[in-house]
Order: sequence, then structure tokens, then C-alpha cells
Amino acid sequence: MGQDALTQRYLPVLIVIIISFIIGFSMLLISRLIRPKRPYTLKLTPYECGIPSTEDTWERFNVKFYIVALVFVIFDVEIIFLYPWALVYKKIGFYALLEMYLFIFILLIGYFYAIGKKVFNWSKE
Amino acid sequence: MIELIIIFIKTAVVFGVVLAHVAYTTYAERKIIGRAQARMGPMEVGPYGLLQPIADFIKIFFKEDIVPMNAEKVLFQIAPLIVLVFTMINLTVIPFDRNFILADLNIGLLFILASASVAVYGIILAGWSSNSRYSFLGGLRSASQVLSYEIALGLSLAGVVLSAGSLNLREIVIAQHNTVFGVYAIPQIIGFIVFVISAFAETNRAPFDLPEAETELVAGYLTEYSAFRYALFFLAEYVAMYIMAFLCALCFLGGWTIPKFIIDILPFLEKVPGILWFAIKVYAFIFLYIWVRATLPRYRFDQLLNIGWKVLIPAGIVNLLIVAFIKRLGL
Repeated sequence: MGQDALTQRYLPVLIVIIISFIIGFSMLLISRLIRPKRPYTLKLTPYECGIPSTEDTWERFNVKFYIVALVFVIFDVEIIFLYPWALVYKKIGFYALLEMYLFIFILLIGYFYAIGKKVFNWSKE
Repeated sequence: MIELIIIFIKTAVVFGVVLAHVAYTTYAERKIIGRAQARMGPMEVGPYGLLQPIADFIKIFFKEDIVPMNAEKVLFQIAPLIVLVFTMINLTVIPFDRNFILADLNIGLLFILASASVAVYGIILAGWSSNSRYSFLGGLRSASQVLSYEIALGLSLAGVVLSAGSLNLREIVIAQHNTVFGVYAIPQIIGFIVFVISAFAETNRAPFDLPEAETELVAGYLTEYSAFRYALFFLAEYVAMYIMAFLCALCFLGGWTIPKFIIDILPFLEKVPGILWFAIKVYAFIFLYIWVRATLPRYRFDQLLNIGWKVLIPAGIVNLLIVAFIKRLGL
């Protein structure tokens, strides 16, 4: 496939990006022209159930969110590896089956290690 | 030049149809949930309340847009646009009928998974930039929810790719049509169930709609949003619902085709245009979304992650191993 054909295939994607951006942006713009704008300090404070908020929110939070993100990266890369394997599976034959069972087996070791370390355990006991 | 105009017309048709469907899905949702709770649903605006979505749309135009003063203003304002744009681009690779597709990419399925990952940025940015505790926690939770279930979703779709031997959604449908059952939902029943559950979680819908868990998180990452920016998130959520319904119809239910064994019994069904079958399958899936929302209570956050990591991912892997084995045997 030549360079031109490739660009041509992805042209609709570019057009859709532009059009959907324009739709969202122009609606916001039109709405900006007709909606009221009467801000005052109390209205602009972040919602906090009636209590005035004291400081910024950007502070430390539960470390579990980081761990979930890390485990996600590992598993997501695994899936990315699985897709090309799934595509050429028929051509490679029996060897592919064996390889992938091995690959998934190694991954499962890590998976059970994560479960053993209670990564997915969110309650406090 | 002519080609460019054709692409524009096609895009306009797809956007028009999908956005009209989104508007009336909100109406259908309120009607169906109303009926499920022995209410009438919207009745005032127009006959049977049919003009309600239009009234809502006009109303939301006139609402004041509030940007909290401590917020990271630029990010706060573009986050809804990121979510919307990266949800809408999924529509390019969806084949609505045998010959109607915006961009016939050979990596269609991968494209959808990739843009789903980018849409997570919008959620995180929305939650972080609001500088409100509810938004912040809600954003983190929604992001880890979407990430966790994306793995299960990817695993269930890997089974489909394995069976079809292609990432192109059109070729997946054709390969599917040539199998004995004509749909992948029957031989890959585990993968199908995993897909449906993770599709619900991916789009933040009941019973996984944590952003709407008012009692604990107010409105999650949407807490500080108002007026049209909120509407953009809302729009993106419904478009995402339709994307999942499209994917389900294409990858598991045979897209625009009907199984051959049904044609053998009832030959006249072959005359029905493909787009109609596709629409029926998509509507059925959307109805399932609404039905589940009317029926099931919401999960807690730890339960949600447990289901994702300890049930769906192993089930997805088992499904993949079974499919690989069956394919090896040449069935």
C-alpha cells in the first residue's frame, strides 16, 4: 500500500476529529452568547456540602490508585501482544498455541502474586 | 475533491443519525424507566412527551456556565471536548452496512481500543482540574474503573480477533457469517458475557455508574460542571453507549448479517436490508442498558474492582485459551 492510499484511508478520521471538535466548540460558543453570566464569590467556590473549603485538593491520595494504574499498564501491554498473535495464529500453527499458553502462564504468575499482595483488596481488614 | 465532498456528506449523515438517536435515547430511557416504576415518564412537552429532548436541549443552552475560581481553567474547559472528540472518532471505523463505512481501516478494533484509552485522559483532567474533593476522588475512581474494565474488554475482543483472523470490523462480520452458528456469541459465550459486563462499566452505566452515586461522591468528576459543558459529557456518554452497542452487534451478533441456518429455515428474511438487522441488534443492546439500569442496584467501588480483576479478567483469559484450542482443532 502506497503512501497516498494510506493517507486517504485516514483522511475521514481527520475530518471526523475536526467536525466533532467544531460541533462541541461552536455549541459552547453559541451558548456563551445567549446564556447569563452573573458570577459572585460564593457561587464560584467548589462544592463542599456547605462548608467553605480550606485548601487546594491537589494533595496525597490513596496509593492503591497508583498500583491499579501500574498493573493496568502490564495487562494492557499483554493484550497488545495478544492481538498480533491472534492475527497470525492460523499461519503459525501448533507452535503459536504452545507459545501463548506459556506467555499467559507467566503472566498468571504475576497476576496471582498481585492478588497475594492484596493489590485488589480495598477493604481495611 | 469529489471524494472529499463524499466523505463530508457521509460524516454528516452518520453524525446526524447518531446524534438524533442520542437525543431520543434519553427520551426512551426516561420512558422505559418510568414504565418500569409504574410511572408515565415525560408527558407534558408534545404528544407523549416526544419533544422533551428538544426542550431539554434548548433549556441547557440558556444555563449559566460556572467555572470554579480555584480550578485549572484551561484544562477544566477543554476536558469535555477531549472526551467528546475521542468518543466521536470511534464512529469512523464502524461499518453500518456492507458498504457503508467512513474509514475502512485494517486496524479498526485496535483504533477503538486506543481512542477509548485516550478518553480516560478527559475524565482524569476533568476530575483533577476542578479542584474539588468530590471531583478529584470521583475522577480517580472513574479512571481506574474504566482502565480496569478495558483489560477485560480487550481480552474478550481478542477472542473475536483470534476467530476472525482480522482487526477490520467489516472482515470480522464476514468471517463470522461464514461460521456454523453465524454469530460469535454462541461459541464464545464466556467472552460475550465478559464483553457485555465490561461494556457497561466502560461507559459508566448502571450498575457501575459510580459518578452518579450521589450519596458518596455527589456527581463524581462531573460535580463542578454545569450547563453545556456538562451536556458535552452527557452526549459523550450516550455516544459511547452506542459505540459499545455497535461493537457488540458487529463482533458478537453478526452485524448486518443473519445466521445462515436461520435463512435456511426462513428464506424470505434474506430480503430484509442489512442496516435493519444492524439497527435491531443495536436497539436491543441499548434497551438492555436501560433495562439493567431500571433493575439492578449499584455496586460499591471495591466490589466493582473485584469483579473486574478477579472475575472478568480470568474469565476473559479462559475464553481466549478455549477459543485458541478450538481453532487449533479446526472446528
